[in-house]
Amino acid sequence: MITAPFEYAAPKSLKEALALLRGGGSDRKVLAGGQSLIPMMRFRLAAPSMLIDITRIPELGVFEEEDGYLRIGAIITHGQMECSPMIKDRYPLLFTTASVVADPIVRQRGTLCGALVHADPAGDWGAALIAARAEVVISSQSGERRMPVDEFLVDTFTTALTEDEVLKEVRVPVPSARTGGNYQKIERKVGDFATAGVAACVTVDDKGAIAQVGIGLCAAGPISRRAVSAERRLMGNTLDDAAIAAAGAQAAAEAEPVADTRGPVDYKRDMFRVLTIRALRATRTIVEGRR
Amino acid sequence: MSYHIEVTVNGERHAADVEARLPLVYFLRETLGLTGTHIGCDTTTCGACTVIVDGKPVKSCTMFAVQADGCRVETVEGLATESGLHPLQQAFWDNHGLQCGYCTPGMLMAAKALLSRNPSPSEAEIRQAISGNICRCTGYQNIVKAIQQAAEELAGTAASSAAGA
Repeated sequence: MITAPFEYAAPKSLKEALALLRGGGSDRKVLAGGQSLIPMMRFRLAAPSMLIDITRIPELGVFEEEDGYLRIGAIITHGQMECSPMIKDRYPLLFTTASVVADPIVRQRGTLCGALVHADPAGDWGAALIAARAEVVISSQSGERRMPVDEFLVDTFTTALTEDEVLKEVRVPVPSARTGGNYQKIERKVGDFATAGVAACVTVDDKGAIAQVGIGLCAAGPISRRAVSAERRLMGNTLDDAAIAAAGAQAAAEAEPVADTRGPVDYKRDMFRVLTIRALRATRTIVEGRR
Repeated sequence: MSYHIEVTVNGERHAADVEARLPLVYFLRETLGLTGTHIGCDTTTCGACTVIVDGKPVKSCTMFAVQADGCRVETVEGLATESGLHPLQQAFWDNHGLQCGYCTPGMLMAAKALLSRNPSPSEAEIRQAISGNICRCTGYQNIVKAIQQAAEELAGTAASSAAGA
């Protein structure tokens, strides 16, 4: 189906984009890769009066480490993440996530920030960025504010963004030398929504004890969530098989999947256990290689 | 309201006034008459409408023509030259890489984008690169073989032109 009519603007600066957004209400939408928004418009689930295309704003293309954070600007695509040697070498969690988002062609246009703003409960980046303890930088005409990804993701298709705000960038803490991570997902076929997805990010101290841990789940409830009790089970322990198995059981207990064409609840719950174990084992291999 | 765009398609510059909601694939097919690019699902799933925009494969049902203003677009019509079929097209022919042919333009463009980025892909890399393109006839086997043949062919051409230079 062709979308409803809309106006289009392609501002050259963030300032200009924010001015266009202000006062437009929820009728005006920001367009980056459009790989979720355009299908929604074509199904007439969304009918914005104006699209503000931010892909021609150079400052939103930031993609570099600065002050202990990796800055990922609003127009950085999954494909750029996947093809970046820096991501492949130093951010195994982000790399394994970027490589399985949607399909390889959609990844060329779709953006990490756009996917996060879309806030799909099965969105891969929600789980990964929760595990990585990332934060978001939100911009509006009245200034900037930051918050953890956990607070940004409010509910299904709902974030903390107000109508006149733009997600300017995501900031991921630069991993220490003893940090590893991994993302695991089950999907029926490439490009389908995740049946279950688990992200893990672990930092160990010089004795091998877990000093920081993040476990993020997607397709596990109304929005991506942190597996708090699984994290608690791991803190201070070593990444041994018993701790990993226990964390898997905790993550499965915390997940709240719903039955759909991808499977019943008991099956999905068990997949959270299995994927948590796989993600933590893969993380252990990386951490051991780095110690 | 219409928007003035200038798009270079297969090396030829085109200017047009388009409605913002016109998908790129409709611009190519209906405004420019380049019907080689097919419309399949129209919802980003099947990959039949894959074209190359500024070097990257794109599902042209999920990009508006206005977004392509100033861009270089390559479609299946740009593959063959006066001297014959592109090595990818020839390889699809040689290996029976199609049956009904509906997915073929998208497969060819996805494959072209892959080979320009990775001239000698493994079988797994080929299968991964076309995993966003659905074929309901071939079972993919012969498409993979065709892309392998084209990769060898293109690598040979590149080697001989390097030797000649």
